[in-house]
Amino acid sequence: MPAVTQIVRLTVNGDLREVGVPMHFTLLEALRYGLGLTGSKQGCDKGDCGACTVILDGRPTLSCITPVFEAEGHAIVTVEGLADVEGPHPLQDAFDLHGAAQCGFCTPGILCSAAVLLEKTTSPSRTEIKEALSGNLCRCTGYSKIYDAVASAGQRLQVEAQLGESGR
Amino acid sequence: MAIIRDMIPAFELFQPTTVEDALVLLAEHGQGAWVLAGGLDSYDWFKDRIKRPEAVIDLGGIDELTGISDAQDGLEIGAMTTLTEIVRHERVRSEYTLLADAAEHVATPQIRNQGTLGGNISQDTRCWYYRSGWPCYRAGGNTCYAAAPQAMNREHAIMGTSRCVAVSPSDTAHALVALDAKMIVRGRRSSNVYDAEDFFIGPATDITRMTVLESGDLLTQINIPGEWANAHFYYEKVRDRGSWDFQLVSVAAAFKTSGNTIDDARIVVNGVAPFPVRLDAVERLVRGTSVDEAVAIEAGEIAIQGSHALKYNEYKQPMMSNLVRRAVRSVA
Repeated sequence: MPAVTQIVRLTVNGDLREVGVPMHFTLLEALRYGLGLTGSKQGCDKGDCGACTVILDGRPTLSCITPVFEAEGHAIVTVEGLADVEGPHPLQDAFDLHGAAQCGFCTPGILCSAAVLLEKTTSPSRTEIKEALSGNLCRCTGYSKIYDAVASAGQRLQVEAQLGESGR
Repeated sequence: MAIIRDMIPAFELFQPTTVEDALVLLAEHGQGAWVLAGGLDSYDWFKDRIKRPEAVIDLGGIDELTGISDAQDGLEIGAMTTLTEIVRHERVRSEYTLLADAAEHVATPQIRNQGTLGGNISQDTRCWYYRSGWPCYRAGGNTCYAAAPQAMNREHAIMGTSRCVAVSPSDTAHALVALDAKMIVRGRRSSNVYDAEDFFIGPATDITRMTVLESGDLLTQINIPGEWANAHFYYEKVRDRGSWDFQLVSVAAAFKTSGNTIDDARIVVNGVAPFPVRLDAVERLVRGTSVDEAVAIEAGEIAIQGSHALKYNEYKQPMMSNLVRRAVRSVA
């Protein structure tokens, strides 16, 4: 059966974007191949590995198993939307400082899961960090440095909040 | 088998906003229709190119299928309610902890955010021969590859088999049976209510289905009666990894107790058969008894009577026995 292309309207990283996609496309396919936002990764492509994780209405969501037309009308944040004009997201700095990435393929998904966690609390316990990232598989580094980085980004956010500098 | 696994076969996507419209679409497309809930099981099939539906009916836009509401007696849970919502729901957490516990044991935060209760209990088996597209009994063929002499069947069934030896993968199915949940199934012309225990069917009833749902049917709601609210519950899931894994064996049990005497019990095991197995004999044994170690041990022994191990899953017998023993012992 021919793949019929339709226009889908997505709110991605604060921008309203329109793109023509076959109606069976997933959100991930629309982001990567329609909008060129290749930060979200196509790993297992079946909802297992978490590399495709984006933030949909504030929840970590697997874009590889979400029909793109289901994402219409919802706020989507991808790894490209974590940084702002003032610089990288504190998580991104922390991952850099802690060497929390090796090949980096899982990193965008992990950043999205971690960003949602830090929205809820800037002082997560080790267990809470592990739980929040349990849907993101990393096959290179082991997870210690990743957990350290998330904890340290949380600490920075706390300090910034105390100093009243947080605009994030 | 050469299977291209990079792109999914095209399908037509329908996004009805009412159950009535969904039922019309299902009737219209018949066998070519596929019901999409959270997408976990569905996209797995699509991307392996094993299932190639013409029309995917996405239930994500039907508001009446989501949410948990207080019923006169118990709770009414829309089939499209996500597992995260169930885990977080105050009354589920306080009165029906068995269900909260079970839902929390499903996979990962992302998957619980998307995965629904209806989808979790309607998902297909994980038997890898079947999932890889082998033409087995369940797929309409005439053999079972998992029971063959050289087969890899470490995760398969030890009871309830009939030609097919696949197991039910759901973490919530047995909890719902233990809670005596009622499943509301709507069809084009009629509505039916099934006891959770009867909703799941074995290969002896129909080898191509895991539940009573047939083409054109929609599971719309799961009702949890007040009968077992605040009972003494026990849930334990054994899996290979600490997180993100299907069960090897899992037990869900509800006990009404006075002190350490069991007045009534519903004990259900999953991961051992093609459907959640309610242990009637064990329930009869423990009902009215005051629990001590001897009763717990006997319960464990009775639980696996009549079970039959395949080449690589013998370990499931002592595992199931131990889980049942622990469940009963938890009352003491």
